[in-house]
Amino acid sequence: MYRIAKKKSLNANVIEMHITAPLVARKAKPGQFIILRVDEDGERIPLTVAGTDAECGTVKIIFQIAGATTKSLSLKQEGEYIQDFVGPLGIASELEDLKKVCVIGGGVGCAIAMPIAEALHNMGAEVTSIIGFRSKDIVILEDEFRSFSDKLVIMTDDGSYERKGNVTEPLKEMLSNGESFDMIITIGPLIMMNFVTETARPYGIPVTVSMNPIMIDGTGMCGGCRLTLNIDGKKVTKFACVDGPDFNGYEVDFDEAMSRSRMYNDFERHSYEDTCNLLNKEVN
Amino acid sequence: MAKANMTPERNIMPTQEPSVRAHNFDEVALGYSEETAIDEAMRCLNCKNKPCVDGCPVKIRIPDFIEEIKKGEFEKAYEIISASSSLPAVCGRVCPQEKQCESKCVRGIKGESVGIGRLERFVADWHNTFSVDVPSSLSSNGHKVAVVGSGPSGLTCAGDLAKKGYEVTVFEALHVAGGVLVYGIPEFRLPKTIVAKEVDTLKKLGVKIETNVVIGKTLTVDEIFDMGFEAIFIGSGAGLPNFMGIPGESLKGVYSANEFLTRSNLMKAYRDDSTTPIMKGGNVAVVGGGNVAMDAARTALRLGAEKVYIIYRRSMEELPARLEEVEHAIEEGIEFSLLCAPLEILGYNNPDDPRDPQNGFVKGMRLIKMELGEPDERGRRRPVEIEGSEYEIEVDTVIMSIGTSPNPLIKSTTDGLEVNSRGGIIVNEDGLTSRSSVYAGGDAVTGAATVISAMGAGKTAAEAIDKYLSK
Repeated sequence: MYRIAKKKSLNANVIEMHITAPLVARKAKPGQFIILRVDEDGERIPLTVAGTDAECGTVKIIFQIAGATTKSLSLKQEGEYIQDFVGPLGIASELEDLKKVCVIGGGVGCAIAMPIAEALHNMGAEVTSIIGFRSKDIVILEDEFRSFSDKLVIMTDDGSYERKGNVTEPLKEMLSNGESFDMIITIGPLIMMNFVTETARPYGIPVTVSMNPIMIDGTGMCGGCRLTLNIDGKKVTKFACVDGPDFNGYEVDFDEAMSRSRMYNDFERHSYEDTCNLLNKEVN
Repeated sequence: MAKANMTPERNIMPTQEPSVRAHNFDEVALGYSEETAIDEAMRCLNCKNKPCVDGCPVKIRIPDFIEEIKKGEFEKAYEIISASSSLPAVCGRVCPQEKQCESKCVRGIKGESVGIGRLERFVADWHNTFSVDVPSSLSSNGHKVAVVGSGPSGLTCAGDLAKKGYEVTVFEALHVAGGVLVYGIPEFRLPKTIVAKEVDTLKKLGVKIETNVVIGKTLTVDEIFDMGFEAIFIGSGAGLPNFMGIPGESLKGVYSANEFLTRSNLMKAYRDDSTTPIMKGGNVAVVGGGNVAMDAARTALRLGAEKVYIIYRRSMEELPARLEEVEHAIEEGIEFSLLCAPLEILGYNNPDDPRDPQNGFVKGMRLIKMELGEPDERGRRRPVEIEGSEYEIEVDTVIMSIGTSPNPLIKSTTDGLEVNSRGGIIVNEDGLTSRSSVYAGGDAVTGAATVISAMGAGKTAAEAIDKYLSK
């Protein structure tokens, strides 16, 4: 059993929790994820690590209430326990040697983008952040992004806060004005990451995307998280849980990934995968 | 002592009716009664050279336990079995006995061999029903050993070492102990209460089980040594599912057998009250001919499939699955499409409507007929495509059950741990790896194999670790 050391709401639907799991806290790095079960017979859901406190032995997770499991997790209070918490899984984001980076987050994906911006900032890199949300009332982590970014652009779909439009618009402006980056790191709905990649393509800037497909065990056993990469004209199957979650955006077969993410949309009664995959939820 | 029972046929194993069991997840084989067990035991001639024992990977003293059954001393029979096997109730159910102990039985020459596996199961079930395990009063010898993975090899190694007084901690990546016995083998073949009971028995011996610890991620092999463990046994299994590399394998409705079985077994999709999604109904094609393929096919049938095919490129004779599973599958109505191989999985695509929710789902499979050619280096006749024999079948779900590869998580985080070209950890005859004090066994070494061979490897390593640490 793993204790909920701290809990707070970031908006009406997004919650931050700090879970006591010293072994995970000691190891987890930005880009890695954990898998948890709220209670016995509960589902296994993957959530990306949003931060750690090795001294307190806690791991920070940020999740959106999107289905049965995240709902029941959201009902747990500080001091209560969850059944299982395992990690850190996946490969940490490779940030070494990056001097100038554009971090682009969409929706609850910003919870994953934020620790990456933080790590880059602490490394001394110049960070430009572009974060997008549907509307003003679901904007999260603005203060954090502001303190870790040299430049921050906030976009809302409906224009209810800051600039109206998609995250690709300011990116396109910057690139066409001659601005360049060592890398663009983007985390959010598949469709958004696909468009960010296409926006960057003419400029030849490396794009790293964070994939969060359907998965069960998180150790490579089930193969449910497989995705296809096109590497030098050859199709290669990779498992997001052990080979990722970060991939080269130019290599990812996004059409296939989007199709696979909808595999269980018909299983309305079965909320498992929908709950599991917060980012895909954003697409719908 | 009564005279030997010279009936050429063994006692029939009572089973649920095929038409009934095809729709439930209760255990198929119901087990011998005391009377039947004694009658079957009487068929054993207790021969002097005991060929059956040679056929057993863990060398259970088979004629000795059968002698105790003849006398009605079932608990004594259990003691004899458990001296060699840490998981008797499991082995009695999942061992390919017809290829092991029973294949060597003298009674098999002019009739059917003694039902050794059925007797083992009877004894283990009798013990689990009527006996109370007393907490072990073993005193610790002060040595700490870590075991990675709680599948058959890890549990066996842990059990054997605990019986010798070692303080054993088992690290398991999933939320429940048992490895493939829990996520892979279905309820109708191995009820999970039996696995839980065997795990409990180990806990009573003092074995500690730490779930939710992924070695290679949460902790590394080197960190385990830093924690004061003097030796490590790696029994992490062959986790990574293989795919064929044919077009269409990423369509919705294509599963690895691991995923399909894990959803049903570990995540309980087989239960009516489960919220775990799994594709049910329609036509299902299972590619492969091993035990895992039989498990996947029979699980799909029980989940409500209309038609289930086993797609296997060789013939019935070469089918690697355990005989009883094949027989049960046939009785239940699984259709065996032999001597054929998939070329492509076909998906639905509505050219007029890119938003059609059916787009990207499996609708069929294109196959080619095969014939058996010359034997390969292992003596198995190689299947060869028959030119121009392509054909299509309509299916909604495809389950790839063509083997697994060892998980690279531990290898990639352990300096000096050597693996072969297939990713299997290289060990010597004692199970010792290229790293001192690190042993390995089971599928992590051999690639996908049987429960009992993994147990044999766990046992060998336990002996070697004991020898090494008591120096």
